[in-house]
Amino acid sequence: MASLGDLERSVMDLLWDSAEPLTANDLRDALAACGTDAKELAVTTVLTVLARLEKKGLVARERSTRPHRYTASSSREDHTVGLLNDALGTAQDREAVLARFIGGISAEEAVSLRAILDSVKTV
Amino acid sequence: MLLTSYFLAALAIVLAWPTPLALSKAKWTARAPVAAVLLWQAIALGGGLSMIGSMLVWGLTPLGNDLISALHAGWLLVTGDPSVNSPGVIHLFALSTAFLFAFHLVLTLVRASWRTTRQRAKHRQLLRLLSNPSQTRPNTLVLDHDLPVAYCVPGFNGSVTVLSRGLLTQLSAEEQRGVIAHESSHLDQRHDFLILAFTAWHEALPWLPTSRLSLEAVRQLIEMLADDKALEVVTRPVLLRAIVGVASSITPAKTSQDDAKGLAGEIVGMPGGEVTSRRLQRLLSPVAPLSGFQNFVVLSCTVLLLVCPTILLIAPRLLSW
Repeated sequence: MASLGDLERSVMDLLWDSAEPLTANDLRDALAACGTDAKELAVTTVLTVLARLEKKGLVARERSTRPHRYTASSSREDHTVGLLNDALGTAQDREAVLARFIGGISAEEAVSLRAILDSVKTV
Repeated sequence: MLLTSYFLAALAIVLAWPTPLALSKAKWTARAPVAAVLLWQAIALGGGLSMIGSMLVWGLTPLGNDLISALHAGWLLVTGDPSVNSPGVIHLFALSTAFLFAFHLVLTLVRASWRTTRQRAKHRQLLRLLSNPSQTRPNTLVLDHDLPVAYCVPGFNGSVTVLSRGLLTQLSAEEQRGVIAHESSHLDQRHDFLILAFTAWHEALPWLPTSRLSLEAVRQLIEMLADDKALEVVTRPVLLRAIVGVASSITPAKTSQDDAKGLAGEIVGMPGGEVTSRRLQRLLSPVAPLSGFQNFVVLSCTVLLLVCPTILLIAPRLLSW
C-alpha cells in the first residue's frame, strides 16, 4: 500500500499532466492503470488525498459539476519557480530556512568574477 | 555587588557597540573563519549575559553581598518574610527589566525557530511533489529546472541537498563536486543553527545596529567555512568557476526586475552585494591562515568573554576585593 505522501505525488502528477479537470473516479482508474500496488485503492482514498491537497492549496475543485472535478491550482513549473524563489529569494527570513551555494554573492560580483577568470584563462 | 554590576554594564556596552563594529571591519576574520565564528558567538552570548547580569546584580544589591545570598533574601521577600527589607522601586525596576529582557530573548529564539521549522516543512512538502531523488548521490534531490541552483534544506530528520537539472547539465563533474562539498559542509556543521541564533538576536534587538552587523558577518564566515571544506575536494579555480557558473545564471534576472510575473523577475536578487565580496577575495587571492599564536589569542578572548560574565554573576564579590 502506497503511503499518503506517495499518493499525493501521483495524484498531483496526473493532474499536472492532464489537459482537463479530472474526477476522483478518473484519478482512481488512472492510478490503478499506472500503479502496481494501487489495485485495492478506493475512491474514498483518492478523495481523502484530494481533500488534503485542496487544503494545502495545491488543488482546486469545481463544484458546479457532479461528481466534482479537480485541477491543479498552478502548474508544475510555477511551483518549481516558487521553490527556487524560496531558495534564492531576498526575504530575510529565508536565510535561516535554506543555505544556498552562492550565498551572499551579488550579480555584479559574479560578472566581475567571470571577467577576472576569463582574463586569467586568456593570459 | 555594586562594582560588579557597573563592570558588567560596561562590558555589555563594549560588547554591544564598539567590539562588533571593530570585528565586522577586521580583515583577519577571513584568515581564520572558525575562530572568528566562535568569537562572534562569544560576543553575542557574553553581551547578552552581561546585559542581563548587570541589571540583575544591581537590582539585587540591597538584598545581599553576593548573588546566592541576595537570591535567598529575594525569595524570603517574595514569600513574605517580614525580617527582610524591601528594596526600593528603582531596584525592583532593574530586576523586572532583567527578567523581561531574558524572557524576551528566549521567546524570540523560540519564535524564530518555530517559524523556520514551519517554512522548511512547507518547502519540503513541495519538494516531495516536485523533485526526484538523485540516482547517484544520497540525500540529494533533483529539481527539474534549467537555472543552475544548489541549496540545502536542513532538518532534524534528514537534511537534503537540492540540485537543479540546470546545475547538473551546466557544471562540470568537478565543479559539481565542489558545490556539493560546500553544501554538505553547511549541513554537517549545522550552520543553520548559527544563522538561526543570530537572526533571532537581530530580531530581538532590531534597534541595535550591531546585531545586523553580526548576522551579516556570520553569514559571510559560514560561506568561507564551507568554501574551505569544498577546497579539500576541488581546486581553487574549479570552485571559483562553479561559483561563477551558478551565480551568473542569476545575472540576467537582475536586469529584468520590473518583469515581476516572469521567472526572471521572481528569481531576482542576491542580497548584500558589497558585503560578501570578501568570500570571493579570499578565493581569488589566498591569504595565509592565522598563526598558531594569533589563533590562541583569539580563542583566549573568546573563552574570557564567556567566562568573565559568568564568574562575576556567580561570585560578584570577586571585584570588591
